[in-house]
Amino acid sequence: MSGITLHHNRDDLHGITVVVEGVSGRTYVGRWHELQERGVVMRDTTILEPDTDKDAALAKLAKFGIPPDHRTFVVPNEEFVGVRKF
Amino acid sequence: MPYPELMIKPMREEVTRLGVQELKTVEDVDAALANPSGTTFVFVNSMCGCAAGGARPAIAKALASTGKKPEKMYTVFAGQELDATARVRSYLGEYQPSSPSAALLKDGEVVAFIHRHQIEGRGPDQIATDIVAAFEAHCA
Repeated sequence: MSGITLHHNRDDLHGITVVVEGVSGRTYVGRWHELQERGVVMRDTTILEPDTDKDAALAKLAKFGIPPDHRTFVVPNEEFVGVRKF
Repeated sequence: MPYPELMIKPMREEVTRLGVQELKTVEDVDAALANPSGTTFVFVNSMCGCAAGGARPAIAKALASTGKKPEKMYTVFAGQELDATARVRSYLGEYQPSSPSAALLKDGEVVAFIHRHQIEGRGPDQIATDIVAAFEAHCA
């Protein structure tokens, strides 16, 4: 992971695999598709629940890839905290 | 939904001209991968312009820059040959599907895997470095 934090209003992330942090404590890992009025549209996304060991889970995703649990998933604006490249 | 073949053809040929055999059917895949002996490189090709557009030339650069190469090299086109792609992925253990991506198998086991997220935003030279590292670590 690069650790780079990017701004919410940038859409040049299209097609890039990202980690989106949520207010709920959930972490969304998948491909950024686009920013819409309702939130961030992601593709082929998996969700890490708040009680997950995130470092371990992200390391596993880095090694084995991201299970496409959700073909399309929208992270609502009110849930969005930040995004970084995976 | 598959793209028009006319659009895909140059992307297929960019890989097959390197001597990488394309697998288009489940039968092709089984014939290629069911016998797990030796080293086998599998490239999952993709229409994606930014990622696959870097990965395809990276394969050419990798093959040109090391004497250590896999014994067999195959490619399948994700989004085009859906059944064949699914079948290829069935040979890749717990590695998750992504495209483009590349796997190196040794005696049927995945010994190196380059995911889409390791391809995105990187140039062919950088991607080739990863491929060469895998070849040099595992191929004769």
